Amino acid sequence: MMLSKGLKRKREEEQEKETLAADAWWLDPSLPAAAQAPPAAASSSLFDLSVLKLHHSLRQGEPDLRHLVLVVNTLRRIQASMAPEPTLPPVPSPPAAPCVADSLLASSDAALSASMASLLEDLSHIEGLSQAPQPLVDEGPPGRPTGGSPPSLGALDLLGPATGCLLDDELEGLFEDIDTSMYDSELWAPASEGLKPGPEDGPGKEEALELDEAELDYLLDVLVGTQALERPPGPGR
Amino acid sequence: MPSHRMPSEADIISTVEFNHTGELLATGDKGGRVVIFQREPESKNAAHSQGEYDVYSTFQSHEPEFDYLKSLEIEEKINKIKWLPQQNAAHSLLSTNDKTIKLWKITERDKRPEGYNLKDEEGKLKDLSTVTSLQVPVLKPMDLMVEVSPRRVFANGHTYHINSISVNSDCETYMSADDLRINLWHLAITDRSFNIVDIKPANMEDLTEVITASEFHPHHCNLFVYSSSKGSLRLCDMRAAALCDKHSKLFEEPEDPSNRSFFSEIISSVSDVKFSHSGRYMLTRDYLTVKVWDLNMEARPIETYQVHDYLRSKLCSLYENDCIFDKFECAWNGSDSVIMTGAYNNFFRMFDRNTKRDVTLEASRESSKPRAVLKPRRVCVGGKRRRDDISVDSLDFTKKILHTAWHPAENIIAIAATNNLYIFQDKVNSEMH
Repeated sequence: MMLSKGLKRKREEEQEKETLAADAWWLDPSLPAAAQAPPAAASSSLFDLSVLKLHHSLRQGEPDLRHLVLVVNTLRRIQASMAPEPTLPPVPSPPAAPCVADSLLASSDAALSASMASLLEDLSHIEGLSQAPQPLVDEGPPGRPTGGSPPSLGALDLLGPATGCLLDDELEGLFEDIDTSMYDSELWAPASEGLKPGPEDGPGKEEALELDEAELDYLLDVLVGTQALERPPGPGR
Repeated sequence: MPSHRMPSEADIISTVEFNHTGELLATGDKGGRVVIFQREPESKNAAHSQGEYDVYSTFQSHEPEFDYLKSLEIEEKINKIKWLPQQNAAHSLLSTNDKTIKLWKITERDKRPEGYNLKDEEGKLKDLSTVTSLQVPVLKPMDLMVEVSPRRVFANGHTYHINSISVNSDCETYMSADDLRINLWHLAITDRSFNIVDIKPANMEDLTEVITASEFHPHHCNLFVYSSSKGSLRLCDMRAAALCDKHSKLFEEPEDPSNRSFFSEIISSVSDVKFSHSGRYMLTRDYLTVKVWDLNMEARPIETYQVHDYLRSKLCSLYENDCIFDKFECAWNGSDSVIMTGAYNNFFRMFDRNTKRDVTLEASRESSKPRAVLKPRRVCVGGKRRRDDISVDSLDFTKKILHTAWHPAENIIAIAATNNLYIFQDKVNSEMH
């Protein structure tokens, strides 16, 4: 599965380069930037490129936090600009404007979580772990019911404004074969800090998440390198 | 510096730093090595001849490490070197990789004792029956030997990647900064450090900003500045609170609405911050500009210089190939009248704050025969093109001058161009203006 994901991404990258070269025309140096509203297609390429970068960044052993943060912030800007405004003609594709903006926002954060989940999958070969747990379902904006299971790396090509909201059924099927029974193990201490435990309502959540939310948060945090397993500095050598 | 081995990635220079007198110049590389150059004393023959820099010492500062818990390799690349002010015959410097800071002591040995009673010249014990008289060992000159020894290792202080270290003017403490935290260390104590800045959010999903650089004020031991990925500078006073999360001053320039783009934040991220020698100003570098800030004015910089504004229309491509994330450093000259920073195509730029003139120079083998005068370069952006101009589209973005340093007193600069070090001296104007 990992191999096929890699191949897929590579092809996408080629397409991205071509699209960007064509779409960069809207960055006309003679016009003030504010006057240039990039067309949906250009934003979409930039969006996809940013998601690719995000994934690439997360897949590093220890992600460059600055790079990660800048890419995520840029992604949010792009998303915000792609949310259709009332004065503009409706962008063809999203079924409902607020839903798309929210789902895009959630999908980028969910992409973060999903990437971490796939990181776990990669690391599952390390002695002591068996299989990757269910990916952490990210919480959507308050009040909004989560659309469905979080996307995974393999579903990256499903994300994007052109295709609208996530395709729930296909995503759920991706995780059917993952055995989460080992997550009752006492290896994972509850987190003292880390991702906020997400009280998700999505249908995917109902598949019994054997691992306690807080424990999974802690695990994700450790593996992404954000949580120390912190202890006071040891004696100098 | 010509390398006798095939140039490899390990030879890529990652930091350059003059010591406080300018007599020594240290470089760190991706392979964890430190090379120190020493300026030769001026020749007595030629009155205006100034000393050149030769290799003084080379040592392996950091080795790659493996973090077994995270299954990650910790790079040995030297991120920063900072010299301690010299307090005796020995020189000391701090070198750091992503996680561990080390204090090195550099000493010279140019004499050795000869004439031991019990040992012979090779150190072997003498046959006592051959010893008929006592002699006093005498110190005889020997070939200079430079010895480098690790005196302290400051480990386990950082969860994230260290981007800066800075020695306090009190010469007793120093700070180290990573993406989210800044720690204060005492130079003699390695088993603990004091956390003075922590910007890690309770929920990592809320992370939107990281620390990019930090430095102590050159004169006020209680003041330091740190810069962020959002382009802001925070001046902190350690006397105000133990944890300096609240800044004393926040320096931030409002975004220019006419230049707004998706990449506004990325290009505003400050990659380097340096106090002026006077302590009155700060110099910052972001992707397209260098800015001079007055410590007394938080609202905006007092001066802004365009490093390579012709890249503003290429930001999309530079984002795509990740060049937009390159971190360039900046430097003041000794009198704070000229500032310098690197760019692409092995170009570096200098801005004279008084005359407002600027120049683009190139660090390359072709243009740098010994004693050759550097020719100013020009990048043309369309329109009239002069003969030696380089067009924007033919710039080589793999040739980046990220690390530069200026001698503390004289017009001597050190430029790191990938795995080559260039040292340029201004022989005509050796005095500071």
